[in-house]
Parts: sequence; C-alpha cells; structure tokens
Amino acid sequence: MDDYKNKSGCEINKGNSRRFWKELAKGVVISNPVFILTLGLCPVLAITSSITNALGMSAGVIFVLLCSNIMISSIRKATPLMVRIPVFIVVIATFVTIFSLLFEAYFPPLHKSLGIYLPLIVVNCIILGRAEVFASKNSVVLSAADALGIGFGFTIALIMISFLRETLGTGSVEIFGRQLFKLPGLSVHPLTFFISPPGAFLVIGILLALFRWIGVIRGE
Amino acid sequence: MNNLLTIFIAMVIVNNMVLSKFLGLCPFFGVSKKLSNAFSMGIAVTLVMLIASVSTSAIYNYILVPYKVEFMNIVIYILVIASLVQIVELIIKRTNIILYNALGIYLPLITTNCAVLGITLINSAENYSILESTVSALGAGIGFTLVLIIMSGIREKLDLADSPKSMRGLPVAFLTAALLALAFIGFNGMV
Repeated sequence: MDDYKNKSGCEINKGNSRRFWKELAKGVVISNPVFILTLGLCPVLAITSSITNALGMSAGVIFVLLCSNIMISSIRKATPLMVRIPVFIVVIATFVTIFSLLFEAYFPPLHKSLGIYLPLIVVNCIILGRAEVFASKNSVVLSAADALGIGFGFTIALIMISFLRETLGTGSVEIFGRQLFKLPGLSVHPLTFFISPPGAFLVIGILLALFRWIGVIRGE
Repeated sequence: MNNLLTIFIAMVIVNNMVLSKFLGLCPFFGVSKKLSNAFSMGIAVTLVMLIASVSTSAIYNYILVPYKVEFMNIVIYILVIASLVQIVELIIKRTNIILYNALGIYLPLITTNCAVLGITLINSAENYSILESTVSALGAGIGFTLVLIIMSGIREKLDLADSPKSMRGLPVAFLTAALLALAFIGFNGMV
C-alpha cells in the first residue's frame, strides 16, 4: 500500500509542466484514489449499498475537494509551514459544512440517508492528502485539475462498487427513484448479503484483488 | 442504568464501529499486522474517543444547542479533537514515557481517524447526555479494540499462508473482515 502512495506522490511532484488534462486523467486511472491508493475507504464501504447514495457522496467529495484545493492552493504562500495542517482542516471543515447545509436544503431525503458519512468527509484522507501532497505546492489551475481528476476517479470507483452491490443485493437498479432495469430471477430472490456490511467488505476485497491482478499482468 | 447498559452493548457488539459502521478502517487495516501494535492503537483510540466525547457533548449540550448553532458542530468538533490529541500526546510524554513510546506514532494519526469524529457526531445526532455520550464512547472504543485484536490475531497467521500474489495484503484482509462482519451480524437481534 505504501509503495503505491510513494510512487504516485513522486510522479505528481515532478510536474509543473504537465497539462490540465493530464492531471485530470491521472486521477481517474493511474492514481485512482480508491482502487490504487486505497484512500478514504470508510465512506466507500458505508454508502455504496445504492447508486443514488454513491452519487450523492461523490458530489460531496468533488465539491469539497475542488473548493478546498482551490482555496488551499491560493493561500499556499501565506500559510506558515508549522500550522498548515490545522489550516487545511479548518478550510475543509468549512466547505463540508457549506455542502452539508446546501444538501439538506435541496435533497433532504438523500441528506438523511447519507447520515453521518456526509460530515465525515472532513476526515476523508483523500481530501487532506490532496491538500498536503498537491494543492499546497502547485498553482490554482493545476490543483483544480487534480481535484477534478481525483474526484472523478472516486466517483467511478463508487459507481462501480454500488452498481455491483445494488444489482446483486436487490436485483434491480434505481437512480433517484427512477428504475433503470430489473433482473427477472434476482429481484424475486435477491442476494441481500451484498447490501449488508459483510457484502461491502467482500465486494471491495475482490475488486482490489482484480485491480492488483490487472496491474501485475501489465507490469510484467 | 438499563439504558446505559443497552447503549454500551450496542456500541461494543451490535453497532460495532468497524464492522457495521465502517469507521476507522485506515487503522483497522494499517495497524492490524501485529498484535502488540493493535492493542496499543486500540487503547489510544479508546482514550481519545472518551475525552473527545465528554468535551464535545458538553460543548454541544451547553453551547451549541442553547445558542442554536448546531450546524457549526463539524468545524468545532474537528478543532476540539485535533487540539485534544496534541494535549494528550504532551501529557503522556511528560508522565509516562513508556506508554508514549508505545503509542507515539499512532497518536497524531488519531486526529484524522473517522471513528473519533464519528462517535462525537453519533452522540449529538442521538441527543445523548454527557453520561450517555461517555458510555457510548467507551463502548465504541472497546468494540474497536476488540475487533482490532481479533483481526491482528488472524492476520499474523494469514501472513504464513500461501495466497495468490494479487490477493496478498489488503485484498485478503478485506475478505477476512467480510467473514468477521458476517459473524458479528449474528448479534443483530441482541439489543
């Protein structure tokens, strides 16, 4: 796990010359926060029992990541090195509060089903990690690109996991109340194991192994 | 008294922090490779959870609720936890250097441990009084330590097993956690 982190950290530090799109693509594929860096796993396991929840959570992470990256990167020269972590945390917590209030106003049912996992975005290692590794050292534009890339990577991972869990666990897939499809046999006798907590551990364990396996094949 | 006991047992076993609420997964997978480290981490987290819950629930009940500024809880709690961790670290360093050496590297990590912020947020979401918050934090801490110790016992053995290359490390740890969580689901009807 640590090896992966270091590798991606170095790669990112190399480049001021890298372009916006390159940063964006890197977050999605090469340093996918969930499958490759295995960061911020708590919400990933907790809210992936339905795609709707996963989309709500992703929106929160992208919003907070983008705003905090832009903010931290624009105040990076004024922030003393000694107190940078508390500053980052306060900036992140402020944006999480803003998002939580907005969400409560416009999507009350979703806000309720995300519960304490929405405020817990504050301690999500992805966001503090990007602030420390990237936004505190790079320009505003690059930091925004990095935030979007990592955010989209997170979203894709969340959608993959929740799609698997919702399909197997309920036999049908719904997005914001609209049914996408329904499997004939599985919806009558759904494998409810997959939407329960142990199912979350199992699905992510298998997906992690799959990504490692693909990495091993490509590496050799 | 009965109510307190229910909260305690629910927090230790039924609503276990790690296995049913998925909080504190980073230390759960990161520090569960050796039994001795797991025990130290569990104790440190329990300690911080207890102190953090007492102080945040006091702040919640006597400052945030009377002045109707509950929405500020995220910012305030994270600041309280971050400064508490620093203070606890300082106190342990001055008073018990052996404990400090054992816990040393884990203490700063606890600031960003979602289990600590999680338990304070759960306490205020449930409108627990200070006493109830203390009991629920103690239960959550003990539950966390229990699962961490079980997991590290299993992983010490698992290291010797000959598993496929892509399964080694984290993936197989997740599968172990899945089985462990399945066992804990058996307690569901208890409370």
